[in-house]
Amino acid sequence: MFKKEYLGRGIVTVCGIFIIALTLAISVFLLVKGTGVFTQFHHSVAEFLFSDNWAPKDVPGEGGGHIGASIYIMGSLMTCGLALLIAVPFSLAGAIFIAEISPRLGSRILQPAIEIFVGIPSVVYGWVGLTILVPFIRDKLHAPMGGYSVLAAGIVLAIMIFPTIATVAADALRAVPDSYRQAAYGLGSTRWQLIYKVSVPAAKSGIFTGIILGLSRAFGETLAVAMVIGKTRVFPKGILYPTNNLTAAIAADMGNTANGGEYNMALWAMALLLLIISLACIVVIHLLARSGEKDK
Amino acid sequence: MEGIGILNTAGTGALARERADEETQTVTRTASDENLKYKIRDLNLYYDTTQALKAINMDIKPHEVTAMIGPSGCGKSTLLRTLNRMNDLVDGCRVEGKVILDGTDIYGNIDVNELRRNVGMVFQQPNPFPMSIYDNIAYGPRIHGERNKARLDQIVEESLKKAAIWDELKDRLKKSALGLSGGQQQRLCIARALAVDPDVLLMDEPTSALDPISTTMIEDLIQEMKDNYTIVIVTHNMQQAARISDKTAFFLLGEMVEMDSTDVIFGQPRDKRTEDYITGRFG
Amino acid sequence: MNENSSRYKRVRGVDKFMTGVFYGIGGFFILLLIVLAAYIIVKGITSIYPGVFSFTSMGIGNQFFNTIYLVFLSLIISVPLGVAAGSYLAEYARKGRLTEMITMSIEALSSLPSIVVGLFGYLVFILMTGMKWNLLAGAMAVTILSLPAITTTTRDALAALPAHYRSGSIGLGATRWQTLWHVLLPACVPRIITGVILVAGRGFGEAAALLYTSGQSTVLNWANWDITSPTCPLNVFRPGETLSLHIWVMRTEGSMNPHSVEIANVSSMVLIIMVLGFSLLARYLSRKLDEKNKGAAK
Repeated sequence: MFKKEYLGRGIVTVCGIFIIALTLAISVFLLVKGTGVFTQFHHSVAEFLFSDNWAPKDVPGEGGGHIGASIYIMGSLMTCGLALLIAVPFSLAGAIFIAEISPRLGSRILQPAIEIFVGIPSVVYGWVGLTILVPFIRDKLHAPMGGYSVLAAGIVLAIMIFPTIATVAADALRAVPDSYRQAAYGLGSTRWQLIYKVSVPAAKSGIFTGIILGLSRAFGETLAVAMVIGKTRVFPKGILYPTNNLTAAIAADMGNTANGGEYNMALWAMALLLLIISLACIVVIHLLARSGEKDK
Repeated sequence: MEGIGILNTAGTGALARERADEETQTVTRTASDENLKYKIRDLNLYYDTTQALKAINMDIKPHEVTAMIGPSGCGKSTLLRTLNRMNDLVDGCRVEGKVILDGTDIYGNIDVNELRRNVGMVFQQPNPFPMSIYDNIAYGPRIHGERNKARLDQIVEESLKKAAIWDELKDRLKKSALGLSGGQQQRLCIARALAVDPDVLLMDEPTSALDPISTTMIEDLIQEMKDNYTIVIVTHNMQQAARISDKTAFFLLGEMVEMDSTDVIFGQPRDKRTEDYITGRFG
Repeated sequence: MNENSSRYKRVRGVDKFMTGVFYGIGGFFILLLIVLAAYIIVKGITSIYPGVFSFTSMGIGNQFFNTIYLVFLSLIISVPLGVAAGSYLAEYARKGRLTEMITMSIEALSSLPSIVVGLFGYLVFILMTGMKWNLLAGAMAVTILSLPAITTTTRDALAALPAHYRSGSIGLGATRWQTLWHVLLPACVPRIITGVILVAGRGFGEAAALLYTSGQSTVLNWANWDITSPTCPLNVFRPGETLSLHIWVMRTEGSMNPHSVEIANVSSMVLIIMVLGFSLLARYLSRKLDEKNKGAAK
C-alpha cells in the first residue's frame, strides 16, 4: 500500500518536472541552433536585425553570405500591427457586449461563436483568405501586384486573434466588481458612461493582457499568413503590396536548405527570434498583471 | 443518563483490557488509564503563529458520548480534528503535547492511515463520494485491502444496518449516492465510517445541515451506537448536547473551561462562563 | 434646468447609439461566423467529385485516416502525462520554486508558436534520430502543443472538486494516492474528457508543427498489414500527411493534381465539420456536467 503511495507520488512528480525539462529543452536547443549563425559564421546580431541584405550561402559549413533579415522582421511587425489595428476595436466591442450589454445573449450565442472561431484551423483561414480575400483585393482594391498583400495577411490574422483578445477582455470586464457598477448607476450614469468611464479603465490591465496574447499568437502564426502574404522579399510600399515574414520564410525554406549551412542556420536564428518574442510577451503579461494588482 | 454512562464504563473496562492484550502493547499503563480511550495532555496547537488550542487536558472514556460545545472559533472542531490527525492536512499547523489513544501517543511514530481507520469521522456537510451507494460503503474496506466480493457485500449490508438505513437503500445500492436526501446522505456517511470497523467515531456537527426529522434519526443512531463505539461529537446545538451526551466539555477561546458529566454542566456548572454560555448570555 | 434636460437627452442618445453599435458588432461576429462556415461547407459540397473520399492519391481518405491516427497517437502520450502533471500540481505541489517553475513552463509552452514546436520536433525526432518524416514525430509535436491544456484542465478540475471529497477519504484512513486515484480523478473524468475533446479538435487542425515532422506526403497500401512496411497504414514510422497539411500542399504544389482546388475545398469542409462537431460535443458534455453538479448540490 505504501509502495503504491510513493510510486504514485513519484510518477506524478516526475511528470510535473518533465514539463520544466521539456520547456528548458526547447529553449536550449533553439538557443544553440539559433545562435550558430552568429558564433559559427561570425555575423553580427545587428546585421541580422537591421540589414535587408539577405543572401546566405546554402552549402554546409560555408559562410560568407549575408543574413540581413529585416524584411522578414518588418513583414511580421507590419502584418501584426495591422491585425491589431483591425482586431482590437472589434474584440473590445465584442467583450463589452458579452460583459456589459447583454450577458445573456453573450454567454448563449456570442461566446460559443467565438470559441468556434478559435477552433477553425489556421490553414482553413489561409485557404479562405486565398480564395476570397486575395481575389477581392486584386479586383476591387486594384492591388498593383496581385491580391497577395500585407492587407490580406492583416485581415486573416485579425480574424484569427480577435477571439483571444475578446475572451480575455470579457473575463477582465466581468471581474470588475459589481459595486463599481452600482455606484456608477447610483450616480445617474448611463450604461455607456459606465462602460467607458468605469468598467474599461478598471479592466485595462486585463484588456492589455488580451491584446498581448493576441499579438503573441499573430507573431507565431505561420501557414495562414504564408498563403496570402505573397512571399516577396521586398519592403512593401503600402498595405496593398506583398512582402514576406519570419514564419512564412521558415516554413518555406527550412526543409529545402542544407542542414548546417549558413542559410539553414539563419532560419534557425529566425526561429529563435520567434521564441524570444513569445517569451517576451509572457514577461509583459506578468508585468501587466502586477501593475493591475497594484491598481487594486 | 449518568447512570447508564457509569454502567457502560464499568462493563467495558474488561473489554478494553482484553483488546489491549491482543495488540500486545508495550507501553506501560496505570490501572486508571485503562478506563480511558483518549488521554489528552498539555495539548497546544498553532496555525503558523496563532495559537488555536491552549494547554488542553482531557480524558475521554470508552463507550460514552462526549460532547464538545462552545461558541464559533473556540477550538472545539480543531480539537476534534487532532484526535485523528486530520489537522495534518492543514499547512502550517503545529501540535505540542500528547494525545494518547489506547496507551499510544498518536503524535508519536504511528501509522496515520491506520489511526484514521481506527478513528472514523463524520463531517458537518454530508460528503458522499460521487459513486454508487455500494461503492461509497465499500470504499474504505477496499483501500484497506479487502478484495473479497462476498465479504464486501456483507460489510456493506452490516454497515448500512448499523446506520439504520439498510431498509431504505437495499434496493438501490447501485444508484448514485448523490441522489439521496441530505439526511440519508449523512447516515450513509456514518455507515461508510463504520464499514472500516473503527473504535472511535468523531462527529463534527453532524446534524447542522439537516432537517429536524433527519436530526432525530441521527441522534437516535448515536444513542444506539455508543454500546459499540466511543463517540466524540462537536455541536452548536446545546439541546442536542444535553439530549445525547454523557460528558460535556465547554470551550472558549482555545481553552477548555470545564468538563463534567452532562447533567452537571447543564445543571450546576462550576464556571461562570459556562453558565453564561449555557443560558444563552453569549455565543 | 432646460440646459440640463437637453444635456440628459444627448447623453441618453449617445447611450442608445452606442448600445446599437455594440449590438451591431455582436451581430456582425455571428454573421461572419455563419457566412464563413456556410461558405466553406457549400464550397466543399459543390467541389465533391467521384472518388474524393477514396483512399487513393485522388482522394483524401488517407489524409483523413492520418489525421485521426496522429491525434490518437498524440493523445495516448499527452493524456497520461498531462493528467499526471495536473494531479501533481493540484494534489502534491507545495508553494515554492518548483511549482512556480512548472506553472511558468506551462505558460511558456502554451504560448509557443506551433512552427517553433514543429522545428523542435524536426530537430529532435528527425535530424537527431536520422529518421524520415514520420507520424510519431508529428504526434510528439502535437503532444507538446496539447500538454499545457490537458495539464491545466486536470489541475483546475481537481481544484474545483469539493474539499470534502478529500477529507472524507482521508478521514477513512486512505492515503493521498488512494484518494486521488479512487475518488478525485474518477470525479474529474467528465471534465477531463471535455478538455481532451477540445484538445483533439485543435490537433485535427494543426499544420505548422507537422510541416517538418510528419511530412507532406503519404502513400498507403490498405492491403499491407506488415507493421514494419512504410506503406502499412498502422506503421507509426512512416510519413503521414494530415488533412490540414494536405490543404497547404494542394495550394503550393497542387498543380500536379488536376483536382487540387476541389481537394482543398473538400478538406476544408471536412476539417470544419470535425472541429464544429468536437466543439459542440465538448459544450454539450460540459453543460450536462454543470446540470449534474447543480442537481447534486440540491
